[in-house]
Amino acid sequence: MAHPLIDELTDSSFDELISTAEVPVLVDFWAEWCGPCKAIAPILEEIADEHNGQLKIAKVDVDSNQKLALRHQVMSIPTLILFQGGEATKRLVGAKSKRDLLADLAEVISN
Amino acid sequence: MSNTTHHTVVIIGSGPAGLTAAIYAARANLNPVVVEGEPSSTSDQPGGQLMLTTDVENYPGFPDGVMGPDLMHKFREQAQRFGAQMVTDKVTKVDFSKRPFGVWTGEATPEPTYTAESVIVSTGAQSIMLGLEREAELVGHGLSTCATCDGFFFRDQEIAVVGGGDSAMEEATFLTKFASKVTIIHRRDQLRASKIMQDRAFANEKIEFLWNHVVVDYLGNDKLEGVKVRHTQNSHESELAFAGLFMAIGHKPNTDLFAGQLDMKDSGYLITKPDSTSTNVEGVFACGDVQDDVYRQAVTAAGSGCMAAIEAERWLEAQHS
Ligand SMILES: Cc1cc2nc3c(=O)[nH]c(=O)nc-3n(C[C@H](O)[C@H](O)[C@H](O)COP(=O)(O)OP(=O)(O)OC[C@H]3O[C@@H](n4cnc5c(N)ncnc54)[C@H](O)[C@@H]3O)c2cc1C
Repeated sequence: MAHPLIDELTDSSFDELISTAEVPVLVDFWAEWCGPCKAIAPILEEIADEHNGQLKIAKVDVDSNQKLALRHQVMSIPTLILFQGGEATKRLVGAKSKRDLLADLAEVISN
Repeated sequence: MSNTTHHTVVIIGSGPAGLTAAIYAARANLNPVVVEGEPSSTSDQPGGQLMLTTDVENYPGFPDGVMGPDLMHKFREQAQRFGAQMVTDKVTKVDFSKRPFGVWTGEATPEPTYTAESVIVSTGAQSIMLGLEREAELVGHGLSTCATCDGFFFRDQEIAVVGGGDSAMEEATFLTKFASKVTIIHRRDQLRASKIMQDRAFANEKIEFLWNHVVVDYLGNDKLEGVKVRHTQNSHESELAFAGLFMAIGHKPNTDLFAGQLDMKDSGYLITKPDSTSTNVEGVFACGDVQDDVYRQAVTAAGSGCMAAIEAERWLEAQHS
């Protein structure tokens, strides 16, 4: 089930959200058949809830949005790309624990 | 501050061995806590190695095969149904020198996170990497340890798999769904894989073999563009272009945590008594791939997980009688 705070982006809606977002956006490139992606999905939902207003989380299903995956040179999933002011500023490849993920995102989230 | 909780049985790891031990221990009313590992893109994650595979065709009870992650979800549900408690965390330290045993997760604190009458070790194994320069940087940029996760990105491209065992054959066969050509690079002139997996790979037109070669260097800057290989007999080196390289050279047991406390072979596999899962420490049992350098199958891991739980139960009973 879709999470209310997490947008599902597509080839057509991606640029709009990334360029107009008022907070940093963390985009999760994932797919249904990817085990590690499923493992981090609930962690991302928790982060979306806990840091609402500081960080926006969005998802790109690489299966149906291959152009986006290609454009951002995603070669492994999950890949998480952080966008700030429309620019990709950080790239996190591979699933990890919530603790490690929060440490990687420390520059954009507080507490 | 001390938040230590005490338990009859703590199980470390949640692959087929750990979760089977959890089912049996829970049904024996031992209220097991399973420290199941943390999400990662290696097999060191809740559910273990089968989380990285697609079809499991040899697990009894599934005549049409079963997806690895689905099978592990079923194992987990079954353990939870009988009350096993799952904790998504990694064990960082153990103290088996006195009873109750100490088990730590997260940062090193003076007091353990858990104390336990008995511990079942089922930390499994994970893929060996080649240990070449820039390896860590290239993972996710053409270098992969998870064919099922990353194969998709190599549609119509030429890629390679390193290894000669069952998992190398399985990965190569799976990858031909996407890639235009898959080269299996193997250091010997024959395979270690089972007959059926070999036959399948030999019959696949998209699979080629590069025998007697080892990978000695990764080519490409930001992403992998190829590899340098060396002939194992004449030492001749050559460069080959590949868009992706998948690692399947084997596994090493996850036993660093137990160094100096549990007896292990030079290869790192834990030593258990013959026909038993007991280790050199009374009350600590080891099951699954962490102590098995012979069979390394989901069903044997599950079988030894059952043994460990029953042995722990009997040992605990004997302590109190
Ligand atoms: C690609 C692939 C395909 C395979 N296909 C098949 C197949 O078709 N059929 C078959 O029978 N077998 C198959 N296998 C082998 C099978 O997966 C293993 O034999 C089996 O998973 C071993 O189970 P295990 O419980 O011993 O360990 P693992 O599955 O390795 O699980 C170990 C668990 O311990 C956890 N762990 C490790 N360290 C810690 C720590 N410090 N703290 C907490 N937890 C920790 C890990 O996170 C993991 O959950 C395959 C393996 C691979 C890699």
